[in-house]
Amino acid sequence: MSSETGPHEDVPDDHNLPEQGHPQGREPGEGSVSLPEQDPFANPGLPAHQHRVQDVDEAAAKRSERTVAMLFTLSMLATVGFIASFVAFPADKIVYIWPAGHISALNFSLGMTLGIALLGIGAGAVHWARTLMTDTELIQERHSISAEPEVRAQVIEEFKQGATESQFGRRRLVRNTLYGAMALLPLSGVVLLRDLGPLPEDKLRKTAWKKGKVLVNENTGLKLKPEDITVGSLAFAKPEGLDHGEHGWANEIAKAALMLVRIEPADIKDKQSLDWSHEGILAYSKICTHIGCAVSLYEQQTHHVLCPCHQSTFDLADGARVLFGPAGHPLPQLKISVNKDGFLEAQGDFAEPVGPAFWERG
Amino acid sequence: MSISTSNRTEAETSDRRKAPAGERVADWADGRLSIYGAAKATMRKIFPDHWSFMLGEVALYSFIVIILTGVYLTMFFTPSMAEVEYHGSYVPMQGVVMSEAYASTLDISFDVRGGLLIRQIHHWGALIFLAAMFVHMMRVFFTGAFRKPRELNWVFGFTLLVLGMFTGLTGYSLPDDLLSGTGLRFLHGAILATPVIGTYLAMFLFGGEFPGTEIIPRFFAFHILLLPGIMLALVVTHVTLVFYQKHTQFAGAGKTNKNVVGTPLLPVYTAKAGGFFFLVFGVISVIAATFTINPVWTIGPYRPDQVSTNAQPDWYLGFPEGLVRIMPGWEINVLGHTLVMDLIIPLMVVFPVVLGAIAAYPFIESWVTGDKREHHILDRPRNVPTRTAFGMAWVSWYFVLLIGGGNDLWATYLHLSINSITWFVRIGFFVVPILTFIVTKRICLGLQRADREKVLHGRESGIIKRLPHGEFVEVHEPLSQEELHVLAGHEQYQPLEIGPETDEHGVVRKVNPVERVRVSLSKGYYGEGGQIPKPTAEEYRELTSGHGHH
Ligand code: HEM
Ligand code: FES
Repeated sequence: MSSETGPHEDVPDDHNLPEQGHPQGREPGEGSVSLPEQDPFANPGLPAHQHRVQDVDEAAAKRSERTVAMLFTLSMLATVGFIASFVAFPADKIVYIWPAGHISALNFSLGMTLGIALLGIGAGAVHWARTLMTDTELIQERHSISAEPEVRAQVIEEFKQGATESQFGRRRLVRNTLYGAMALLPLSGVVLLRDLGPLPEDKLRKTAWKKGKVLVNENTGLKLKPEDITVGSLAFAKPEGLDHGEHGWANEIAKAALMLVRIEPADIKDKQSLDWSHEGILAYSKICTHIGCAVSLYEQQTHHVLCPCHQSTFDLADGARVLFGPAGHPLPQLKISVNKDGFLEAQGDFAEPVGPAFWERG
Repeated sequence: MSISTSNRTEAETSDRRKAPAGERVADWADGRLSIYGAAKATMRKIFPDHWSFMLGEVALYSFIVIILTGVYLTMFFTPSMAEVEYHGSYVPMQGVVMSEAYASTLDISFDVRGGLLIRQIHHWGALIFLAAMFVHMMRVFFTGAFRKPRELNWVFGFTLLVLGMFTGLTGYSLPDDLLSGTGLRFLHGAILATPVIGTYLAMFLFGGEFPGTEIIPRFFAFHILLLPGIMLALVVTHVTLVFYQKHTQFAGAGKTNKNVVGTPLLPVYTAKAGGFFFLVFGVISVIAATFTINPVWTIGPYRPDQVSTNAQPDWYLGFPEGLVRIMPGWEINVLGHTLVMDLIIPLMVVFPVVLGAIAAYPFIESWVTGDKREHHILDRPRNVPTRTAFGMAWVSWYFVLLIGGGNDLWATYLHLSINSITWFVRIGFFVVPILTFIVTKRICLGLQRADREKVLHGRESGIIKRLPHGEFVEVHEPLSQEELHVLAGHEQYQPLEIGPETDEHGVVRKVNPVERVRVSLSKGYYGEGGQIPKPTAEEYRELTSGHGHH
């Protein structure tokens, strides 16, 4: 195969490669060396240049010139339009534009004028290149990417000389201590990463719930009574005192968020679940055990909740068992009861970590 | 010597007095930077033309657009998770407590004139950038442009694709709206699932528990500095290599493995490519003007106890998303430790293995062929049926998983239950790529057969002729020399053989099992059923000379 440039001799198993002297490998150069009689599939060589109208007809070329100039002028006008829109439209003006619907007038006019200004330049340049610039195809030879053998030999020789002069190979002590120093140095960088964050410890196991903590409505912040939880609806709760905007609020609510349902005690299939409920009111973690989204879609007839992220489905009547989807374990349940004032309260923290699983979860 | 030097300098100086200003500037620069040497090699460099070569350019130009708009956004965006009360001009959010990041995103959208447009261009640009890279990669794959000497550029390009996905992920986490927070939640849960070190990684990345206050400032640094910095360096290397190794070309009249045929960098290619940049930028602007993307103001600020429905990542992450959604729940608890298989398998096994296979493909194929030569003439996809079938199988698999990643949307749209869509995707995950592989291969073989027919019997002209004895035949026109060359001038590999099981002394030869794999792969690629033998010169001559050409 004459087309190859790299050393071919040292390839032991090239018997599957195509035969030598294949037409593609021949060198037609400007024209064709191998005549079709010898090889019916030979490369015919570059055909003569085909003239375009613009090459032979000055009137056509003039028309192209005008088209290009018109496109560039359009671009100028659009830029003026951009500046005018910037000044003219207030940021909050909404207009109806088909098919986009109700959109910001400023955004629309700025985007369109900018777009036209850019497209004008682009289309003009491309049209110019296609119709007026010389379009004769030229041939350039490729050069071997690997070095010539002499160059290679020289480089290797020089490298060896440099290596010898450094005495790197001879002075073992220098070499080995250098390796040691270089190996240890990055440790400083690793140590510096230590303060990126705290150690996990038992942080993932603890939430803001503890014995006697009152359940309050997530939105209104009012303490919840058993009557507030009706059959067929899902209520969301949080621990009393955890208020939006306070320091650390997000981290705590990310673990403590709760959802409450009321199910006829006779319909509750899981024994422990029933024990941990209050008159059929069950409190489950709202944080999906798959990857941590807030579970929220409730189907009242079946008591199933669905996580909108990856559609894990949990059966709240059966200990929040996973019915479908990628979640690997049930939603943890919080043991609740009623305090002396008649408000729902927690009987302690969750018995197991809430949210997605992790290595130490066990 | 010194005399002649001073002579020349004098001559030059007198020349220079007359030289136009542009040349004098160039001379000045050349005296410091040797620009003439560089220009000599590049100014009239030849670029071959084909529509599919523009795909890489779309990626390049959208990358530039993203950088330009991104720099503008940094001037207004506040990467902080500190909570503030909103008092900007977007009425529905008045008085809402939100992070500074979200508030500043609202300001960019409603109080900075043109800010919304730049945000939209940035986001649309990112989507187009990734789509362009993806399609560009397909073109490189199906035409075999990744073969020697371009394997490394394939790896660079692949790295860009992966980095592009992560840059997108860190980018859409920044506004801290309900959707972006859900993406962060996903990332956090996925990191927690890492065996042994997961909780430590999560604590260190997030600076404590989820969500904490560190992650947005940190992602901001990754998104605007670290990742684009690496990408910029890689893009420059990538394009420099294309330049240096010269572009590939399709077979055609005058085009050989040792030359490049096309138009020169100056002026035609510069005008076309430069113009094309403006076209790409212009199209993105028009899209950004008309189609709203990521309207964060409608979704509200992030709260870990809420979630938006239809929580979907940007399209390019639909692949891992689909993997996660179709995986059945599975946790293994041993000795007080948990292996979260429902996340480990999709995200830490399947996803990296598939990516790794893509990165390694050029090396795998060259190992199978044993071919160490340079290849500058592109393959027609039909001529390498097995490779094309692998590529299509992968693409089909990707689309199956995209459906999986949007199973809720499909369910609503088709009025089906999510369970049925999920089951469809679970089965499709295994079946669709195999079917696609078989069908693609058959189509390629059919096309190869058709090419063979055409070469041997010419093109059907549509003209029916009645022969003297009454029979009707269709007149076949002979092909031009260029067509013959394009259809049959390529090379075909022969499959490898194991060789005799015994050596010349009758002693049983041990065949290395790795070699066996290689041989069977080679047979699959190039053996019977792997390709249709192209017509040989003898066959052609026999058919065309024998009984005259109709
Ligand atoms: C930032 C992203 C990227 C940019 C800006 C980019 C840009 C380009 C450009 C302008 C070209 C020359 C024109 C062309 O062949 O289309 C090119 C060629 C190439 N690209 Fe990319 N590309 C990107 C991503 C990728 C990816 C994801 C891959 C594959 C994994 C890839 C592999 C290649 C290869 C192998 C070539 C040489 C092709 C040839 O010479 O025929 N690139 N790239
Ligand atoms: S986070 Fe709930 S299913 Fe994935």
